[in-house]
Amino acid sequence: MAIWLDANTRVVVQGLTGKEGQFHAAKCREYGTKIVAGVTPGKAGTAVDGVPVFNTVVDAKAATGCTASLIFVPPLGAADAILEAVDAGIELIVCITEGIPARDEVVVSQRLAGSGARLIGPNCPGIISPGKAKLGIMPAHIHREGHVGVVSRSGTLTYEAVDQLTKLGMGQSTCVGIGGDPVPGTSFVDVLEAFNADPQTESVVMIGEIGGSAEEEAAAYVKAHMKKPVVAFIAGQTAPPGRRMGHAGAIISGGKGTAKEKIEALEAAGIRVAATPAEIGITMARALGKA
Amino acid sequence: MKVHEYQAKEILSRFGVRVPRGRVAVTPAEAGAVAADLGGKVVVKAQVHAGGRGKAGGVKLANGADEAVRVAGQILGMKLVSKQTGPEGRIVHKVLVEEALGIARELYLGIVLDRSAELPVLMASKFGGMEIEEVAAEHPEAILKQHFDPCAGLQPFQARKLGFALELSGDTLKKFVKLVTALARAYNESDATLAEINPLLITTDGDVLALDAKMNFDDNAIARHPDIGAMRDLGEEDPLEVEASKYDLNYIKLDGTIACMVNGAGLAMATMDIIKHAGGAPANFLDVGGGASQERVENAFRILLSDPEVKAVLINIFGGIVRCDMIAAGVVAAARKLDVKVPIVVRLEGTNVDEGKRILGESGLALQPADGMADAAAKVVAAAR
Ligand SMILES: Nc1ncnc2c1ncn2[C@@H]1O[C@H](COP(=O)(O)OP(=O)(O)O)[C@@H](O)[C@H]1O
Ligand SMILES: [Mg+2]
Repeated sequence: MAIWLDANTRVVVQGLTGKEGQFHAAKCREYGTKIVAGVTPGKAGTAVDGVPVFNTVVDAKAATGCTASLIFVPPLGAADAILEAVDAGIELIVCITEGIPARDEVVVSQRLAGSGARLIGPNCPGIISPGKAKLGIMPAHIHREGHVGVVSRSGTLTYEAVDQLTKLGMGQSTCVGIGGDPVPGTSFVDVLEAFNADPQTESVVMIGEIGGSAEEEAAAYVKAHMKKPVVAFIAGQTAPPGRRMGHAGAIISGGKGTAKEKIEALEAAGIRVAATPAEIGITMARALGKA
Repeated sequence: MKVHEYQAKEILSRFGVRVPRGRVAVTPAEAGAVAADLGGKVVVKAQVHAGGRGKAGGVKLANGADEAVRVAGQILGMKLVSKQTGPEGRIVHKVLVEEALGIARELYLGIVLDRSAELPVLMASKFGGMEIEEVAAEHPEAILKQHFDPCAGLQPFQARKLGFALELSGDTLKKFVKLVTALARAYNESDATLAEINPLLITTDGDVLALDAKMNFDDNAIARHPDIGAMRDLGEEDPLEVEASKYDLNYIKLDGTIACMVNGAGLAMATMDIIKHAGGAPANFLDVGGGASQERVENAFRILLSDPEVKAVLINIFGGIVRCDMIAAGVVAAARKLDVKVPIVVRLEGTNVDEGKRILGESGLALQPADGMADAAAKVVAAAR
């Protein structure tokens, strides 16, 4: 069943006519995703690889019945693109853009509350339900359809984990990159709730990093509600305090948000935490009694 | 991005936050001239991108222009070592000379983003002058918090609530409300990630002013604020980091001996972690990004290797959309061009990995291939010994 995205999801790409939008939309289509429309203001009537382009998301939705959006819009225009998708009643919005100002993300978060829309990202690789569809920039070929749900704040580190799982014979139900920004649209807890309810998902790999308290909140959720085994890894055990480690959200501030605190919280909730990034797959295999 | 106290005060006063009269100076003579202009007692304050200057001897009182010249002479050029600078300290190149004011009370005000609430939060306490982390540890009940809507802004009633809780009244309360709402506007409209006034001064005659000011700004929003961008002081940043930022490379200097070059921030952090786990110490954090073209790899290499502590390099690339063969070609070309002397361990994984490994193997360069992150870490730690 997977979560949020399947082979029937109809997708509009905001920023389809840009270099990145065009490249990744083609890759998503190759994988079987139904890309039905593009939006670039002022380019209505044109087409990219046979996909019709519209001026607004409302127009795209009226013409194609799309319910999901994939956003490749430059940082200072990305919040506006998200708000446009919310306003048009798009249900699933995936924003790949990195570098959106935090204030814009706070405003987006206010608008999302109660709107019924789900935003994944920004600053993320997107979401893939292997064997069904992908909405993002991750390399499809490392994935296999299966029963492990994956959720992560990072891009390439997720690929690393997925690659290990696949090589150990553990396929994935859905992999969600929630992104490295301080105000993500979707939190670990949101994804864990969905995996908990998804019959295809039998266990979960969660990849966190320094900064904020999303991992601690996830630990509390797992302790109280999670019915499936969870394995975690936290990046940034050697990160110095007060420095932003690439991701806008990866910063230890005022002594808070350290890897140590997060690992302690996760372990106290019964989550197995891999000691190194090379052991994420094997830790899951052990949790499932396969190694 | 960080700015100096005098710059933060300039920004805040544009929004209506009251600050003491004063000016920045770079020589003792200039400091004396500012003191003469101000008249009476002045305070000479070291301008570095770190707090805790008072206790470190970076804030001194001077009675008149002559004393200001002398005090500025002591502070300018000093190596200021505070809790926030770390043991290496910071050399002082500028001082702020401002009027000395009579202190009745010192309060604390600070605004940051509360990531869990997804809203900005204003914090206030009666323990002005103390670092907020210390107050949080010793008197957590004394920190008053008020979240506010970023669109509507901080409302006067919210500021009043805090003012009454801090036992302010009458005219002083009114001045407090005005200052706090101005601070919130400054935070919001300039895309700050921190706006802190510590201490907020209540003078002996009931006036309310920002004695100290600290502002940090969202790097992702600096393009919207060219005036703030122009305040960047490269002298306060690590020279290698400044160099890296020219090429849009995300580089952070650390104090180990193993340089790393990785694609993706999460994987880059995880690579540092596994080096430590294998018994080594990372010399840096470096995310070369998804593109990792030959040019980027070359610039990254050059920056990594200009750190004299570096004894070995670990390249860890998970080729997703970017192909490993392309990256391998880039690494080989860059290593040849720069005539790299230290051992290099390369771990490639993902798209076209076999072709990538073949290119590395046939290059004739002393590149050590590795299988997986654990193997890579073990090899690079051994190579650095
Ligand atoms: N203009 C001023 N008049 C009187 N006292 C001052 C003035 N500026 C600073 N001080 C005193 O010096 C202390 C330290 O200054 P501050 O600017 O807070 O530096 P830091 O936080 O780096 O130590 C303040 O708490 C205050 O007591
Ligand atoms: Mg202070």
